[in-house]
Amino acid sequence: MNLHEFLISPAETAQRHGPHDRIVMSSRVRLARNVRDAAFPGWAKKPERVKILETIRPAVESLPEMKDAFSEAMDNLGALDKQILVERHLISREHAAKNSGSGLVLNHEESICVMINEEDHLRMQALRPGLQLRQAWGAIDRLDSELEKKLDYAFDNELGYLTACPTNLGTGIRVSAMLHLPGLVLAEQINPIIQSVNKLGLAVRGLYGEGTEALGNVFQVSNQMTLGETETMIVERLEKVLAQIIEHEENARQTLLEKKPKVVFNHIGRAYGILANAHSISSKETMNLLSLMRLGVDLELFPGAERSLVDELFILTQPAHLQKQFSDKLSAEERDLLRADMVRDRLKNVSRPVTKPTPPNTGN
Amino acid sequence: MLCTICKEKPATVHLTQIVGDKMQKLDLCEDCAKTKGINDPTSFGLADLDLMLGLGASQQLEQAAGGVELKCPRCGFTQADFKKSGRLGCPECYKTFADGLAGLLKTMHKGTRHTGKAPEALRATRENADKLKTLQTKLARAIKDENYEQAALLRDEIKQLTGRPTPTNLAR
Repeated sequence: MNLHEFLISPAETAQRHGPHDRIVMSSRVRLARNVRDAAFPGWAKKPERVKILETIRPAVESLPEMKDAFSEAMDNLGALDKQILVERHLISREHAAKNSGSGLVLNHEESICVMINEEDHLRMQALRPGLQLRQAWGAIDRLDSELEKKLDYAFDNELGYLTACPTNLGTGIRVSAMLHLPGLVLAEQINPIIQSVNKLGLAVRGLYGEGTEALGNVFQVSNQMTLGETETMIVERLEKVLAQIIEHEENARQTLLEKKPKVVFNHIGRAYGILANAHSISSKETMNLLSLMRLGVDLELFPGAERSLVDELFILTQPAHLQKQFSDKLSAEERDLLRADMVRDRLKNVSRPVTKPTPPNTGN
Repeated sequence: MLCTICKEKPATVHLTQIVGDKMQKLDLCEDCAKTKGINDPTSFGLADLDLMLGLGASQQLEQAAGGVELKCPRCGFTQADFKKSGRLGCPECYKTFADGLAGLLKTMHKGTRHTGKAPEALRATRENADKLKTLQTKLARAIKDENYEQAALLRDEIKQLTGRPTPTNLAR
């Protein structure tokens, strides 16, 4: 099946809700696994990688969770399709660069995605909207338990699941949440928060993971250590830290509204002004301004506007999605024009922000 | 102080990170810091462990090998390859490079022993191995303390667990 017939529309994706989703955009748990007696993908020669893919892919496809899944070898996907998968956070940028000997199996709900021959033979992840780390861990744990009956995992009694990079050794788990933190950024409290989160042994990264910038005030928080603790302990530790970050973000928004309302209204008003009137806009600027509009919706400065409108634009305005809608031969300049047209059109029914939050329950 | 990476230019960018109760330091010259993407010390990339660990890793492997180039008999992966990529070649490499990895894992993780999930098929043997280890430690202590009564009990317990007599000779 064609990837685009398969993928859920951005409109529908933006309608998915979960606990605390005004701050926690999504939760993710991924497990790294490898099969015994085979070189890791980065070291295996092409014929060996192809052989591993041919062993693993049918095993994954046969799982009940993967009924009606999208399954494809990476060399059969075009550059644009791969980029779309990255923009949807379904595969890593590293996996998008793979070709022959790597594969992808994505379930119908887009809640489970298995990358074959990324850095490890298997990188399987469960995704959930909002703050649902336990549910995501539960889902991927079940999938892994079924898969272990079909594949012979590389597992060592002392070291646990053996992974290509020693940083993933043991549980092979990465638990992460994608957070929208405009309040902490505006209040200039984000750096101390990041530092204290780092001190707890957790990593803070940008929108697309490792080595990317925090576009649109979106940050990913995840565990670093994978050996010496159980998966549950790691999930719980992350939950505790996230609860605190959520509280700090809520407080920052509240304090900003009380102490510096003009600063808040100015940022949000300008963001709306540009988005609703621009005729050329880059993807980076769009993200950063949409983030402020999202904050405005949360603060009820846009009565009647839904957060899903902003979230859908977050997806649709990214380069590959834009090219898919129009043409994949667009230059960056042409994209900027079309992006601005689309955003203006989508916002034509959204009135300019009110300057006072609607009482009584502002910011709650 | 010279740059940890190029070991040529003076280090002007100093990173310190505290992970748990351990402190990790990295001193870089301006150029290396830039190539590693650490030109803005307030950016969150700074605290990213990967870079620091990547560096420490190859050095530790080298020291542990005592200058001899180790090579994985299963896949032919060498220390030099690890230095380049920060990744290992195959699951067997964890045995080949065990000595060098031990110290590295200690700085990288919460512990050096896996305590989480295990494949169902191995779970029972894993629990037994754990139990056996504890009993054997206790037994050794009992013998050392000349507490032969307890030692006999422990020996029986071990016998039961393994299904055969222990090699420990108590009839001295």
